[in-house]
Amino acid sequence: MAQAIAPLPAAASPHRPASHQPALLFRVWRAITRNLVVFYAFLALLYIYLPVIVVVIFSFNDNTGRYNFTWQGFTLKSWLNPCGVSGLCPAMVKSLQLAALSTLGATLLGTMIAFAIVRHRFSGRTATNVLIFMPMATPEIVMASSLLALFLNLGIPTGFGTILIGHILFNISYVVVTVKARLQGMNSSLEEAAMDLYANEWHTFHKITLPLVTPGIISAALLAFALSFDDFIVANFNSGNVVTFPMFVWGAAQRGVPPQINVMGAAMFIVALGLALASLAMQRRSA
Amino acid sequence: MSTVPARRGLLSGTRWMPYALLLPGLLWLALFFVTPILTLLSTSLQEGSISTGFRLTWRIANYTDAFWNYREQFGRSILYASLSTLLALVICYPLAYFIAFRAGRYKNLMLLIVVAPFFTSFLIRTLSWKIILADSGFVVRVFQTLGLLPAGGRLLATSVAVVAGITYNFLPFMTLPLYTSLERLDASLIEAAGDLYAGPVTAFFKVTFPLSMPGVVAGTLLTFIPAAGDYINVRFLGTPAQYMLGNVIDSRFLAVLDYPTAAALSITLMFTILVLVGLYVRRAGTEDLV
Repeated sequence: MAQAIAPLPAAASPHRPASHQPALLFRVWRAITRNLVVFYAFLALLYIYLPVIVVVIFSFNDNTGRYNFTWQGFTLKSWLNPCGVSGLCPAMVKSLQLAALSTLGATLLGTMIAFAIVRHRFSGRTATNVLIFMPMATPEIVMASSLLALFLNLGIPTGFGTILIGHILFNISYVVVTVKARLQGMNSSLEEAAMDLYANEWHTFHKITLPLVTPGIISAALLAFALSFDDFIVANFNSGNVVTFPMFVWGAAQRGVPPQINVMGAAMFIVALGLALASLAMQRRSA
Repeated sequence: MSTVPARRGLLSGTRWMPYALLLPGLLWLALFFVTPILTLLSTSLQEGSISTGFRLTWRIANYTDAFWNYREQFGRSILYASLSTLLALVICYPLAYFIAFRAGRYKNLMLLIVVAPFFTSFLIRTLSWKIILADSGFVVRVFQTLGLLPAGGRLLATSVAVVAGITYNFLPFMTLPLYTSLERLDASLIEAAGDLYAGPVTAFFKVTFPLSMPGVVAGTLLTFIPAAGDYINVRFLGTPAQYMLGNVIDSRFLAVLDYPTAAALSITLMFTILVLVGLYVRRAGTEDLV
């Protein structure tokens, strides 16, 4: 082996300019690695989609037993009767209400903080940054249990309101980070131009700043909605006798999972994908 | 006089403006994050039971007792979270790289396709893994055919299933920061490395990877933190032999009503993570995470 390879570089180097060889090798290597990346990405996508495919398939399962774990035949009955399991749809409504209200609250509070941080000078900046970072560095279970400790100590009964408090809390930091990124990436020359053209501050904000930040605020709100809607841990600790959708799924997992839960999961995936594709199409049209 | 509004942002004329903007949000954080943590700290130093009531006796031994009794679960939390974070990095980096450099004008579409499955609800996804890894499922059969698993071997109810579940569930938290930092990366720098005779592997490890460090740090943190506190994957995919600290906190708080132990464990988990994060961020050298 060594004999066969060894003479090659010696033979090649005096004839060819050295610069060609690495460049060519580099290109060949890159072609290989490029396709490797495509192949790898395809595998990763398959892995990511496997559970979704299972969720969708089992939403059509003609399940007769308690657990929806083995395939028994195709049926549309769960899709035609998604609220057929008692408690499922009320839990869904509760989760949607919580997500909507906590998104509203966190987006408002978080956007205000983001504006203050990016656009203003104030004392206590470091302390503010630490206070915003801390909830993101704290596992949800710690937040959930600390909130319960507080409510127990103060004798506040847990329920819808206490879950809402927790959801707004863990969403604020994510909103701040998202809106802040947008504000920092924004070119301030448009606002300066408006001011130079004698627009007053409020007018500038309303006509220039706000439209420019809106995409950031929208993505922050979507993130907040998703995080709140999907939260199990904070709700489980602070719910009293309120049952949110993830809590319903948790309970069902102990008792038996009806296919309707898969219907809801599949529907959520379809709605999210649909909204995302629609927003993408709108972006493309306006671009 | 046209220089006057030069760098005046929104309503910056008034000095109290930033405080007015900060006040409501920071007040919320102070009331419902700082106060609860302080309450938890106080609870962790109390003695008593649910029937006799709890009194603050500054019992530090709550911490040593809790830690000693649940050292295994504590160790597993850190181990499982570290493994999942590493696996997620290995899975997501090439994917984020592909989207950032190879997806062209379909970048945003690809990103959506990657993130969309995570809207099926955390618990439903985890239950779905339960079906996939089930004893009679095709994954187990494939593993057995390949000889990776003995004939009667299982995946479900093992630590493999738990780590796989945790890895899967937090993938978007890894992918999105990685993508953001790779997408911002100037591709001409990689080409320059090639022009300067760096092989593709050298170019990757000397240029691409170091420049994507902010994304790597943010992604690993955003994955590790929720993973270390997770207890849902264990409940669905594991057994009590795989219990993590989250399971103990959950049952101590909600079932056993042993608040001091649960509080001491929560505080321990929180501070362990803060210390690990602090050390890690300092080593990685990126301070501007937030």
